[in-house]
Amino acid sequence: MSFEKVDLILEKYECRHDALISIMQDIQRLERYLPPETLKYVSQRMEVPLSRVYYIATFYKSFSLEPRGRHIIRVCLGTACHLNGAVQNREQIERTLCIRDGETTQDMIFSLETVNCVGTCALAPVTVVDDTYYDAVTPGKVEKILSKYAEESEDIESEKD
Amino acid sequence: MKKIKNPENLEALRQTILSRRDPSIQVARVCCTTGCRAGGALNIIDSFEQELADRDLKDKIEVKKTGCRGFCENGPIIAIESKDVFYNKVRPKDVPDIITETLVHGKPVKRLLYTDLESKKKIRSEKDIPFFRKQVLNVFSKMGKIDPTKIDDYIAEGGYSALVKALTSMTPEEIIETIEASGLRGRGGGGFPAGRKWRSCREAPGIVKYVIANGDEGDPGAFMDRSLMEGDPHSIIEGMIIGGYAIGANQGFIYVRDEYPIAVEHLTLAIDQARSYGFLGKNIMSTGFDLDIEINRGAGAFVCGESTALMNSLEGKVGEPRAKYIHTVKSGLWERPSNLNNVETWANVPLIIDQGAERYAETGTRTSKGTKIFSLVGKVRNTGLVEVPMGITLREIIYDIGGGIRKDKQFKAVQTGGPSGGCIPLSKLDMRMDYDSLYEVGSMMGSGGLIVMDENSCMVDVAKYFIGFLMHESCGKCVPCREGLRQMHEILSNICEGRGEDNDIALLEELSHFMIEASLCALGGSAPNPVLSTIRYFRDEYRAHIFDKKCRAGVCRNLFEYYIDEELCNGCTVCRKKCPELAVSGAKKALHVIDPDKCIGCGICYSLCMQEAVRVR
Repeated sequence: MSFEKVDLILEKYECRHDALISIMQDIQRLERYLPPETLKYVSQRMEVPLSRVYYIATFYKSFSLEPRGRHIIRVCLGTACHLNGAVQNREQIERTLCIRDGETTQDMIFSLETVNCVGTCALAPVTVVDDTYYDAVTPGKVEKILSKYAEESEDIESEKD
Repeated sequence: MKKIKNPENLEALRQTILSRRDPSIQVARVCCTTGCRAGGALNIIDSFEQELADRDLKDKIEVKKTGCRGFCENGPIIAIESKDVFYNKVRPKDVPDIITETLVHGKPVKRLLYTDLESKKKIRSEKDIPFFRKQVLNVFSKMGKIDPTKIDDYIAEGGYSALVKALTSMTPEEIIETIEASGLRGRGGGGFPAGRKWRSCREAPGIVKYVIANGDEGDPGAFMDRSLMEGDPHSIIEGMIIGGYAIGANQGFIYVRDEYPIAVEHLTLAIDQARSYGFLGKNIMSTGFDLDIEINRGAGAFVCGESTALMNSLEGKVGEPRAKYIHTVKSGLWERPSNLNNVETWANVPLIIDQGAERYAETGTRTSKGTKIFSLVGKVRNTGLVEVPMGITLREIIYDIGGGIRKDKQFKAVQTGGPSGGCIPLSKLDMRMDYDSLYEVGSMMGSGGLIVMDENSCMVDVAKYFIGFLMHESCGKCVPCREGLRQMHEILSNICEGRGEDNDIALLEELSHFMIEASLCALGGSAPNPVLSTIRYFRDEYRAHIFDKKCRAGVCRNLFEYYIDEELCNGCTVCRKKCPELAVSGAKKALHVIDPDKCIGCGICYSLCMQEAVRVR
C-alpha cells in the first residue's frame, strides 16, 4: 500500500503532535478504519511513539482498528431513543444481519455500531445509515430500511461481474 | 471586503444589506438542520428550486435555508412570514401547492398547518401555536430567521453590534463587570458564574491565554448546542471574541462532537466570514487586539465534555481528566490560563452586552438569570427545543408547551441533567426550573435535557441505562469510577433480570456515597445521581423488582410477559408473520395467542399491532 494520501494529510497538519487526533480522523475517512501499517507509518513520520497512537485509537470510540462495511449503521442509544425502544431495534438489526454490535457482515456490506446520542432526540428512536437519518424506527421497519442498502450493494456487485 | 472598524461602519453595512433586499420578494424559510433534514428538508429545497425555475418565479420568491425552530418532531418546517403562515410536516410534493396557494395567492394550504392537540383546529400563525406561546426567544431570537451560512443575514438582524460596542466603548474590566452583574451562569452543567470565571482567568498570571467553547454535547437527550452551532454559529463566535478581549486571550478553540458534521461545516464558514469583515484576525477593529478561532472535532468520548479532559484532547492526547486542585483558569490548555464555557453560555454574551446587565437580569430568578434552552423529549406530545425564562415551572414546560403526555398516559418522571442528573417525580411537578431548585431535588440543570417518562418507563431500567452508559464512557483512570460503575451495573442488571437480593438497595446507596467522595472528576462524582434519585422517589419500584419479581412498566424482560387481549385482537396475522420465534399462533380473523415459553420478549408484535391488542402483564 502506498501512503501518498496519508502524506497529504500529514502535510496539511504539518505533522503537529496536537493534531494527531484530527490526522487519524482524516485517515479513517479514507478507508473507514485505521489499518495497522498506516498507524505504524504515521508514528514514524510524526516521531510519535506507536503506543501513543494506539492509546488514542483505542480510547476514542469513533476509531476502528477493524475493517468496516460499505454501509455503517449507527443505532442511537441516547436516553430518548432508549425509552422509545432503541434496544429492540438494535436486536432486530442483529437478528436480521446475523451480526452483533460492533461487528461487520461477512460480505462487508454492513457494520453495526451504537452511538450515545446523535442529537435528534425529538425524532426518537433514530437509526443512522451512513448519512441518512431514519426517525421513529420500530423493529417492524428494520428490514425495509436495510433491504434498500442490500439491494444497492447487489447492483454494484453485479455491475462488477 | 471592507473591514469593520467602528459602530458607524457596521451600521452602514447593515443598511447596505437591508437596502439590497427587495421587499416585493417573498421569502420562504425552510429549516435545514439535522432534524428537518432527516425528514427530507433538502429534497424540499430541491423541489422549490425546480418549481421556481419551471414557473419563472425565481426573481419573485426566495427560498432560505434556516436554522432550527425547535419544533423538530413536526419537521420539516416552512415559515412564510410575509403571509404569517407556519407549515409543518411538509413533504416535497406539497411544494407546488405552497407556491401557488400561499406565495402567489396569499392563502394558506390548510392541510399543512399545525393542528391544535385539544381543539383539533388548524392554527395559521406561529405565535398562536401553544408550543411557542410560553417561550421567550432570546438566544434563539435569530434562529429560524437567518441563513446560518451567511454573515450578512446575522448582521442584518443586529449581529456583531455587541462586539463593536464592547471593543469600541468598553474596557475589558467593564465587560467583565457587566457579565458579573448579569448573573450569567454556565449553561453546560455546573452553573458556575461566568463573570467570576472570566475574572479569574484575566487575573491569572501569564501572557498566552485561551478561550474555549465546549460544543462536545455528550449528554444523551440534549441537542440545543447542536442546534445553536448549526443554526446561529455567529452568536457563539461573537461571544467568544468579546470574551477573548475581556480576558486577554489571543487564541480560541471550539471543540465540536464528531457526530455533528453540519455544525462543523457552519462554524468553519462562519469563522472565515467573520475574518473577512475583520472581526477575527490581527488588530481587530484597530484596537490592537488579535484573536483567531480554530475548530477541533471530538472523536467520540463522553468524558471529553469535562473541561480538563477536553483540554487534553485539544492537545492531541487521550481525553483523561486530571484532578482540579489547580483550576483551568490558571493552568489549563498547555498549562496556560484557559477559559472554557459551553456554547450556549457564549451565545448569551452578545445579548448581555447589547441590552445591558440590568435588562438581562430582569428575566429569571434570584440566583438564575436569563433564559435556558431545554430539549423536551421522551414521552411528551410536542418534542423539541424550548427556550424559557429561568424559574418557569416544570408543569408549564411539560403540559403547556409540551402538550402533556403522549396517548394520554400517566406521567411518571422527568429526567434532567443527562447521566449526571436525576429523575424528578410527579410530586415535584410544580417546582421552579433553576440551578438551585434542581440541585435541591437531587438532580441538576446539566446541559438542559428534559426526558419525560410515562407509565411504560421502568425507573430501575433508567438507572441501569445511565450507569451502563457511564460505565462504557468512564475513562478508567481512577478506581472509584471505573470499578464502582461496574459493580453498580451488575447489581442493577441483577435486579432487572430477576436476581435482585434483599440488601441490594442498601449496597447501591453505599457504593454511591463512596463514589461521590472518592472519584477524580465530575463524571464519577455525579454518576450515582440517577441511582440515588430513582431510589429516593421510586423505592417501591425497586422493591417490586426485587421482592415481587415484577416490572409493571413492561420493560425488564424476565419480569413481565406479553399477551394478546381477546377483545382487541382482530386476527390480522401481522404479529404471527413477523414473530422471529414463531411464538404466535392463530388463524386469520381469529384470536391470536402468544406462547410464553417461546416468546423472547423482543417486542416486535407489540410495536406492530395496530389494534394495540398486545399487552403487558
